[in-house]
Amino acid sequence: MSEVKKIATRQSYGNALAELGNEHENLYVLDADLAGATQTGIFKKAFPDRFIDCGIAESNMISIAAGMATTGKIVFASSFAMFAAGRAFEQVRNAVGYPHLNVKIGATHASISVGEDGATHQCNEDIALMRTIPGMVIINPADDIEARAAVRAAYEYVGPVYLRFGRYAVPVINDNPDYKFEIGKGILMREGTDLTIVATGLCVSSALEAAEKLAEDGISAEVINIHTIKPLDEDIIVKSAAKTGKVVTVEEHSVIGGLGGAVAEVLGEKQPTLMKRIGVYDRYGESGSAAALLEKYQLDGKGVYAQIKDFI
Amino acid sequence: MTTIELQKMANEVRKGIVTAVHGAKAGHPGGSLSAADVVTYLFFEEMNIDPKDPKKADRDRFVLSKGHCAPALYSVLAHRGYFPVEDLPTLRHLGSYLQGHPCMNETPGVDMSSGSLGQGISAAVGMALSAKLTNESWRTFTLLGDGEIQEGQVWEAAMFAGAHKLDNLVVIVDNNNLQIDGCIADVCSPYPIDKKFEAFNFHVINVADGNDMAQLEAAFKEAREVKGMPVAIIMKTVKGKNVSFMEDQAGWHGKAPNDEQYAVAMEDLKKVGDALCQK
Repeated sequence: MSEVKKIATRQSYGNALAELGNEHENLYVLDADLAGATQTGIFKKAFPDRFIDCGIAESNMISIAAGMATTGKIVFASSFAMFAAGRAFEQVRNAVGYPHLNVKIGATHASISVGEDGATHQCNEDIALMRTIPGMVIINPADDIEARAAVRAAYEYVGPVYLRFGRYAVPVINDNPDYKFEIGKGILMREGTDLTIVATGLCVSSALEAAEKLAEDGISAEVINIHTIKPLDEDIIVKSAAKTGKVVTVEEHSVIGGLGGAVAEVLGEKQPTLMKRIGVYDRYGESGSAAALLEKYQLDGKGVYAQIKDFI
Repeated sequence: MTTIELQKMANEVRKGIVTAVHGAKAGHPGGSLSAADVVTYLFFEEMNIDPKDPKKADRDRFVLSKGHCAPALYSVLAHRGYFPVEDLPTLRHLGSYLQGHPCMNETPGVDMSSGSLGQGISAAVGMALSAKLTNESWRTFTLLGDGEIQEGQVWEAAMFAGAHKLDNLVVIVDNNNLQIDGCIADVCSPYPIDKKFEAFNFHVINVADGNDMAQLEAAFKEAREVKGMPVAIIMKTVKGKNVSFMEDQAGWHGKAPNDEQYAVAMEDLKKVGDALCQK
């Protein structure tokens, strides 16, 4: 996969906002002093009058977005996942979620692929936090194409959406003419019969790489891309689990409460299946390059392959 | 409305507060009673609103940042014609559209859900910012408790409002001097409140008696004329105002009167009403 084009989904976010801004005058973007990092700076440059920097005050930013949404404007509020979902959790819950306001939260720099900044900035808990908020849509795109489609879908959807993006450049894997993004619809990336790998975000590409290696060992792995963690596409997961009888989830997030938790909840109730949750194992991250961390935490293709081999 | 008419209405709003909290057997009468005059002034005199069209696009907005004083908001909305006054005792009951704290999707006339302290002011800032961004002339009002301003988010919002010169925003602080655990100065003093808002680039108006309709009128008239800065009205009030046994008692922050106490409270308010009729 060395020839594959790589783009960080945060950059896709910034580009998509600028494209949408061109089409829709009611689109506004808020940031909390991280426009350069979240890439909302691309929108700011194109539409300075519709970009508001709230300064380093994420809680206030989220509540401001809520207030703006009550007046009919469509607001994307951006910060790092740690601060958007973590620091401002209660504002997201009470000011956005409870009144079901039309606010889009663009959270970048999710999880360990933040890299060198280390544990304080590597949010492995945001999906778990956001999942508990009634009515919240959670989208964790796998690549540039999916990320841009997700931003567009979030704009069109009426209600709160949490969008999760990464800092690290990831391979473009959805560049096929049939690609279609629909909120709440998983995508079958590869058919298989021996086990199901359910992956999200940058781990979809790791899962595909692992499936490739497993095939060399004579193991046929099905790979499902779950870009929307809530609402979860239960059908695609249950059907595949019934077919293969083994399910592995792969995510760059804590194994508690994220994709692994969501899939376990569904299968536990609808299709009890032996499972392995691959992710960040109830621990904090640390400093290092994104590539080195993904390798250490066994979330790259090689690591996912090794963990699946241990499981089966 | 004339000043005397507004005073009479504020007294009716107080009766509604006491009746609602008594009906709920829970809730926050103290801070609702201290704020009864200011919400009456806002909803009957100051704000451009239409009870027949609660979502009118160009209406003025009101955010009750001290959301626990929902009884004051509900009572004034009911008396203004948004819904029947008879429904006030359903406050906090299962299935009622009068939730313990304001819910914008349940109650006509509520512009923002609130209750978690410190957040309402930010939402109000978002509304005021929104009006500025698209050159709309409507204004936004938000009412905060003096204990509430211990929340850090209040000052994030104030910094933003000052920096963005939101002169279409009026922040009102109900300075009744008491919070759940006692006197605000003893718990964690926010004083001096006026100087803090001044430092955040607000035009500050101190109201010596925020339970005096004439003083409120003067303050809001001054606020209308301010250009280039947001306005903070810091009004000294009496917690539990006009209910004899509740006045200035922290214990009545979040407690409902029993039947006997309810009768005394309503008698107190009847006397206030009778006295106003003599004027």
